[in-house]
Amino acid sequence: MADRKTSTLREVRRNWSSYAMLAPFTVLFLFFTIIPIVSAVCLSFTSFDMVRLPRFVGFSNYLRLILSDDIFLTTLKNTLLIAFITGPISFFACFFFAWMINDLPHRVRMLLTFVFYAPSISGSLFVIFAWVFSSDVYGFMNANLIRLGIVNEPVQWLSDPRYMLTIVMTVQIWMSLGAGFLSFIAGLQGIDRQLYEAGAIDGIRNRGQELIYITFPHMGPQLFFAAVMQIGACFSVSTVSIMLAGFPSTDYAADTIITYIMDVGNVRFEMGYASAIAVVLFFMMLLTNQIVRSLIKRVAD
Amino acid sequence: MVGNPQKDGRSLPVRNTPQGRNVIVSRKVSRSRAGDAFVFLVLAAFGLFMFFPFLYAIIQSFKPMQEIFRFPPRFWVENPTLENYALIPSLVDNLWIPFGRYVFNSVFVSVTGTALHILIVSLAAFPLAKYRFPGSRVYFEIIIISLLFTGTVTALPLYVLMAKTGMINTYLALLLPEMAAPFGLFLMKQFMSIIPDAILEAGQIDGANKMAILWRVVMPNVKPAWLTLLIFVFQSYWNGAGSGYIYSENLKLLPTALGQIATSGLARAGSGAAIAVLLMLPPLTMFVFSQSRIIETMAHSGIK
Repeated sequence: MADRKTSTLREVRRNWSSYAMLAPFTVLFLFFTIIPIVSAVCLSFTSFDMVRLPRFVGFSNYLRLILSDDIFLTTLKNTLLIAFITGPISFFACFFFAWMINDLPHRVRMLLTFVFYAPSISGSLFVIFAWVFSSDVYGFMNANLIRLGIVNEPVQWLSDPRYMLTIVMTVQIWMSLGAGFLSFIAGLQGIDRQLYEAGAIDGIRNRGQELIYITFPHMGPQLFFAAVMQIGACFSVSTVSIMLAGFPSTDYAADTIITYIMDVGNVRFEMGYASAIAVVLFFMMLLTNQIVRSLIKRVAD
Repeated sequence: MVGNPQKDGRSLPVRNTPQGRNVIVSRKVSRSRAGDAFVFLVLAAFGLFMFFPFLYAIIQSFKPMQEIFRFPPRFWVENPTLENYALIPSLVDNLWIPFGRYVFNSVFVSVTGTALHILIVSLAAFPLAKYRFPGSRVYFEIIIISLLFTGTVTALPLYVLMAKTGMINTYLALLLPEMAAPFGLFLMKQFMSIIPDAILEAGQIDGANKMAILWRVVMPNVKPAWLTLLIFVFQSYWNGAGSGYIYSENLKLLPTALGQIATSGLARAGSGAAIAVLLMLPPLTMFVFSQSRIIETMAHSGIK
């Protein structure tokens, strides 16, 4: 034991320059990622309003969440709906569009990559959807539905709880072909062409078989990466909901856990309670990540 | 764990060589006409869905007021006008703070933040990619897991922390949280892992230390990676990461300030679209010009 300890120490000393190079990023990373997560866990057991000192309250924040907070349950439901509907749709869209684009001539591929990727980096352009779904007769949807005689009066797309969440999800999907999509494009380009030729000789007849027997097994690393990015994105939907459906939205119908955390924390200053909600969110994300990873492992191996 | 390039059969960055394209043609053996048609239809349909909001925003930005508010509305613009764009300076003049201040804030934060981020991320990625030392594996595992926790998810506890340390409403709040994002380190480390050890060893024989090797040997070899980060990080700074921690008007960034104009009242609806169109141009233009480099970098983004 003592021997191992001293040899580790010696290793640490020998690699001092590596640690020194890691230091600047590590300091920032600790301060802006690790400490916030740890402090959220600690604060979740307290009552804290930013002015007085935190007061320990045990599990009462968590009990309140589960037992008596209907709004939390609504936002939880919305978040899970977004995660389990838009998450898989976006993930598969990233993969299949990348896959379809992959065969095309170089220039067409560049153009389509741009068209599909552009929404994810165009910042607040998605607010244009507020016009598409505007509640007056001038909005794109209403105007066309009225003209075609499908509805008689304008639909309140962004304030009617029946439609709000669907619209937020649609916009989220529109914006979701980001880093994961690019990763797939690059990964597909990198698969050795000879594998496909060998496959054709071995009796692979169509795209479907090629996909299952050659492409999927070689895309494991990209599938993991895109899954992480997609989980991160769909559990943190907030700006889209706030800009389109309002903050808070009618009956909280388009609110997510994140917007609810903002409501409780930044508006009502119940930091302890807001932290408890954040901790629940962290665990949901970690759990989803674990499940998705093991699913992918099965497909890719 | 981390992608091992040799095992994946791609030890070199992917390029679209003429040979590569020839080989694609020979793959046509397992392609059916019906399949081609199906792919074409799906791509066309979704391409339109993806492109529609851009087209709509651009068209709206050229519509005169009467055309925006007319019933039944027309999709295309009949009398295109530049008045929505021409109106922006006067709208901007009515702001409390001189417009130049917002431009300065945006440019200052985006450029400084991007440069520093690439610097510290490269410093950290090099030892993680090329040396084994106690804790190096665990460190990178933590980085991978933390890719999950975007700034939005940790925003509340971060807010408490920054409020207690007096960072709220300072340039630091705009710069630092984004600088600590693990995505850049992840991507840089993955790309540096594929540099052949022989190149590094040649440097070591010359007696150069790690820092010198990083700057003289590694950085020129990972140009696609830092160009890619340049785009990604610049774009997230430009789109206003961290502006949630700012309240003073004179620290606000361009998108926030212009967004305030765009969303204030029907009379400015046309200019709102014009502003949205102008704001999306810098990140999109940067992407168009560096697309191949970015794809080259993303070839190493896999997680094992």
